[in-house]
Amino acid sequence: MAKVLVVTSGKGGVGKTTTTAALGAALAQRGEKVVVVDFDVGLRNLDLVMGAERRVVFDLINVVQGVAKLPQALIKDKRLENLWLLPASQTRDKDALTEEGVGKVIADLRSRFDWVICDSPAGIERGASMAMRFADEAVIVTNPEVSSVRDSDRIIGMLDSKTVRAEKGERVEKHILITRYDPSRAARGEMLTIDDILEILATPLLGIIPESQDVLRASNVGTPVTLSNAEGAPARAYIDAARRLCGETVAMQVPAERKGFMDRLLRRRAA
Amino acid sequence: MSMGLLRLLRGNKASAPVARERLQILLAHERGLRGQPDLLGVLREEILAVVSRHVTLDPTKVIVRLERGDEVSTLEVDIEVPNDFERKRAAVG
Repeated sequence: MAKVLVVTSGKGGVGKTTTTAALGAALAQRGEKVVVVDFDVGLRNLDLVMGAERRVVFDLINVVQGVAKLPQALIKDKRLENLWLLPASQTRDKDALTEEGVGKVIADLRSRFDWVICDSPAGIERGASMAMRFADEAVIVTNPEVSSVRDSDRIIGMLDSKTVRAEKGERVEKHILITRYDPSRAARGEMLTIDDILEILATPLLGIIPESQDVLRASNVGTPVTLSNAEGAPARAYIDAARRLCGETVAMQVPAERKGFMDRLLRRRAA
Repeated sequence: MSMGLLRLLRGNKASAPVARERLQILLAHERGLRGQPDLLGVLREEILAVVSRHVTLDPTKVIVRLERGDEVSTLEVDIEVPNDFERKRAAVG
């Protein structure tokens, strides 16, 4: 059974696109057949983060409007056999996303893939509501920061009322993914802790992605962070999150950077 | 050196508990509003419909405002009525 997963947040800049690329790659590496779909019409970026920006010919809007067939618009990843990208349009307007059209494309993708991962735009407007409309599961990307937590709460409310599943009286399975987490700042009382966030949002945790330079480095070179430095802390955290999405039980921890002797010495002195 | 002592020396209090409390209060309020129809929008539409039965109005000149206070809240309805409405009424009536 194919699963449609929306990666959403309400707030911008929290790591939705990074997460879509990283989870997509991690699932594909496990042998799942995955397509990542960019719903940020007019401000597409998933193509760039995936390193496929020069290979875009047709996009989601073209498929929705019947200008192109789905296989013409799908871009196959050059690194992973099972990973595909459906880019967003850069020139069109969000209004081009009709519910009927998006529904048809999602149904078609369901028949071809194990996972359809929809990268939502920020906000609560049409693009965001279309990205979540047909979802079975949702990853709510949250930073340990008040405005992000508030917006996540709002998005959870939308997932519980504005999705096809919600309207049928079913549930969208929701997961919180905390990104840019700094355990030492949380321990010092400078940052909301994991427990604070989970208690406020009352939603189960999928994973904790630590603040790391790996993430910027990965987007700089156009490679999902799980591939660019698979041993790094964020990659390991995303790989664990992907295992949990597949139903595995994986102990929850904040992966730490593996530091050299000097780093550890300096850190001990700094603490 | 313990975290507490370090913080004492630096003189700044932990801000995360403040964030947590502010969020809990805010979200309790916002969740209460969610799912309700847009009360002000409904009020505005119905007031407009009632008044329009008797007076010709410019719909953009009907302002409904709700101000929440600790003890009581006030509902302010501001309708601009054109000066010649009496004459129009007379003509119709």
